Amino acid sequence: MRTGQHRFVAGFLLVPVALYLIFVIWPYIQTFGYSLTDWKGQSQTFKFVGLDNYKALIHDDVFMEAIWHNILFLIFIPVITILLALFFAFMVNAGGRSKAGGVQGVAGSKFYKIVYFFPQVLSLAIVAVLFNAVYRSDGGGLLNGVLIKIHLVDPNNPVEWLNEPNMVLWALLAAVVWHGVGFYLVLFSAAMQSIPRDVYEAALIDGASRNQSFFRITLPLLWDTVQTAWVYLGIVAMDMFVLVSSMTQNMGAYGGGPDHHSDVMSTVMMRNFEYFGKSGYACAMGVVMLLLTLVLSVVMLRATRRDRVEF
Amino acid sequence: MGSTSAENRDAQGVGRRDLIKRSAALGLVTVPTMSFLAACASGGGDDSSGGDADKGTASKTNPFGAKKGSKLDVVVFKGGYGDDYAKAWEASFKKSNGITSTHTGTQEITGKLQPRFNAGNPPDIVDDSGAQQIKIDVLYKNGQLLDLAAVLDAPSVDDPSKKVRDTLIAGTLDPGVQEGKVVALNYIYTVWGLWYSGKLFKEKGWTAPKTWDDFLAVCQQAKKAGIGGLAHQGKYPYYINVAIMDLIAKKGGIDAVKAIDNLDSKAFVGSDAAQAGVEAIYEVVEKGLLMSGTNGLTHIESQTRWNQYQAAFITCGSWLENEQLKQTPADFEMTFLPMPLLDGSKMPFEAIRAGSGEPFIIPAKAGNLPGAKEFMRRMLSKEWSTSFAKEANSLTILKDGVDASVKLRPGTQSTVEASKAAGDNTFRYLYPDWYSEMDTSIQNASNELMAKRIQPKEWLKRCQAAVDKQAKDPASKKNRHE
Repeated sequence: MRTGQHRFVAGFLLVPVALYLIFVIWPYIQTFGYSLTDWKGQSQTFKFVGLDNYKALIHDDVFMEAIWHNILFLIFIPVITILLALFFAFMVNAGGRSKAGGVQGVAGSKFYKIVYFFPQVLSLAIVAVLFNAVYRSDGGGLLNGVLIKIHLVDPNNPVEWLNEPNMVLWALLAAVVWHGVGFYLVLFSAAMQSIPRDVYEAALIDGASRNQSFFRITLPLLWDTVQTAWVYLGIVAMDMFVLVSSMTQNMGAYGGGPDHHSDVMSTVMMRNFEYFGKSGYACAMGVVMLLLTLVLSVVMLRATRRDRVEF
Repeated sequence: MGSTSAENRDAQGVGRRDLIKRSAALGLVTVPTMSFLAACASGGGDDSSGGDADKGTASKTNPFGAKKGSKLDVVVFKGGYGDDYAKAWEASFKKSNGITSTHTGTQEITGKLQPRFNAGNPPDIVDDSGAQQIKIDVLYKNGQLLDLAAVLDAPSVDDPSKKVRDTLIAGTLDPGVQEGKVVALNYIYTVWGLWYSGKLFKEKGWTAPKTWDDFLAVCQQAKKAGIGGLAHQGKYPYYINVAIMDLIAKKGGIDAVKAIDNLDSKAFVGSDAAQAGVEAIYEVVEKGLLMSGTNGLTHIESQTRWNQYQAAFITCGSWLENEQLKQTPADFEMTFLPMPLLDGSKMPFEAIRAGSGEPFIIPAKAGNLPGAKEFMRRMLSKEWSTSFAKEANSLTILKDGVDASVKLRPGTQSTVEASKAAGDNTFRYLYPDWYSEMDTSIQNASNELMAKRIQPKEWLKRCQAAVDKQAKDPASKKNRHE
């Protein structure tokens, strides 16, 4: 009976595990292999160069700067998205004025929930098009247009949002947050709804304010969900390829400008891989990205570990 | 004569294509970090050479022995020029040679072809263009390109007493040269420079400037009239380099061009021409003569603003008209203007950057090499060149290659006249085809210059650093602009 059960389980697992091995694990191994060669990307002839690509990587200022940009995103995207999503989720679920009936969201909370979710149904490519229109560098851009109307910006010198070294990363960040908040709001809402109402009511009776009930009750009970959100957003921050490559000043290919101020690891990698024909070198970047992502996931999960509250 | 990367992409009238492609195609790549790794990996592949299995008997009208009834795998970049011209060719090829073609029109050249090149089963002939082209230098270094000498030395379709090579406009093969061999046929004839609206100039009473001072004067008048002087497609700094590098070439003569292509240690720093060229452009920036916001606009946004009479001039290649067909008012009178002259220039005003773009290649491992060669030979016949002009509204590198019955649009017509006036006074940079990385660094420097974040002196330093870095690569010794 036991062996039959094992066979049954193995039968189900065989296909997905095989697919995973062939399409995920095997390419990783291949990539590592290519990263030790001078592969130029368009044929199967190349020489083994040992760790030369990795040595060159350390001296590649553009790639090193790109890592810092990813780290910056890694800090700010999750923090801002999660804080905003938590705030909104609390307001639509438990932030309303308390009536005799107990705890509820602010007026119109159902409507808000739907509206906040809108951006999430757009693909990133469309988000890029939308925000290109928002940040457009002449009077035709939404931001510039409004600022010119209220005389904050000189129509002859509009702000080139995406062509300002100190602004471009924040401009991208705003687009990511706008796109992401809705999803996490829904995620947190669902988690909040599973928190028993009587806990809140008990707190209310004890005279807890909104702030207190949020920090003492909601947040601790949501911690698992926040942790999951953090990991997902971390992956978004390590990527950023779509927005950078389709919104920023062109550095040969895949955006990254001005002067590499918005380059992230993935855009530098793709530029080397396709445009410069330094594919082996790009594979070394890929391996570094993989390692960094793994290390960060582990650190993140460890750092946010808390005791689970049962309810 | 040289082409630049963006130009290859643009030479095909890439405009609209680029915009859609850059936004939409990038959307397809919406993958988390780790899937990039997978992009690196490829399947194995054999390195066997191309096939002559489809070889028939060679004859005078069929010099390569393309076999009747065989199949040809054609992949065409479907951008601003569409792919109707290729379909017309394929129909004609079936009639004349009895060879049926499999037609693929796509914008995703890299995505579709990289796996095939790696696996050793590439198509037979490829129009390798667009933002997602596989760079020619990269393909060449991978040993994937057929030396096109056989096609070029074959008898021409129109006049069998002549070699194909001798029916082409002088210098148009150059950009397809890698290490002395022609490996890509850049099919479209392109000129680069400034463009203006004949209607706007008439209305305002401006005359097309021949010197840089006159150019600045028109820009000043434009500013007074409430519009911009010079527009450029800032998001892609390739375009402003058309203006900067043209000024340098005309000021310093062909020697200045060669100094850059041949990675001279005084290509930029220590070159009077380079200094004069970049300072001239910077004057436009400093005096506020740029179209407002132009530094951050895409090529389509910028060109459309110019079509709406928001700037006097714009820099571009001759694909501009085709790219802007829909946005151009009927009475716009799009007109080409050679780059105005700085004082003491070595080239005359009429001199223009001219050359060819839209590289067609035959993979070395193509399955039907005789068929592919015959197809390319026919591309260089008057019949096919005319059908290209009709379908894609552009000139080809075939001398006198358009039947008189085809009426050209005003912009294209003005480039024909400018080419005639230029005569042999044409030049072209080759470094963008040879050194993608150096080109990128120069474009980057120009972007900083236009945003006033660096001064001309720093621009020269950065460009020279890019040249010096490239010169250290031993592979660069093999390229030489003679």
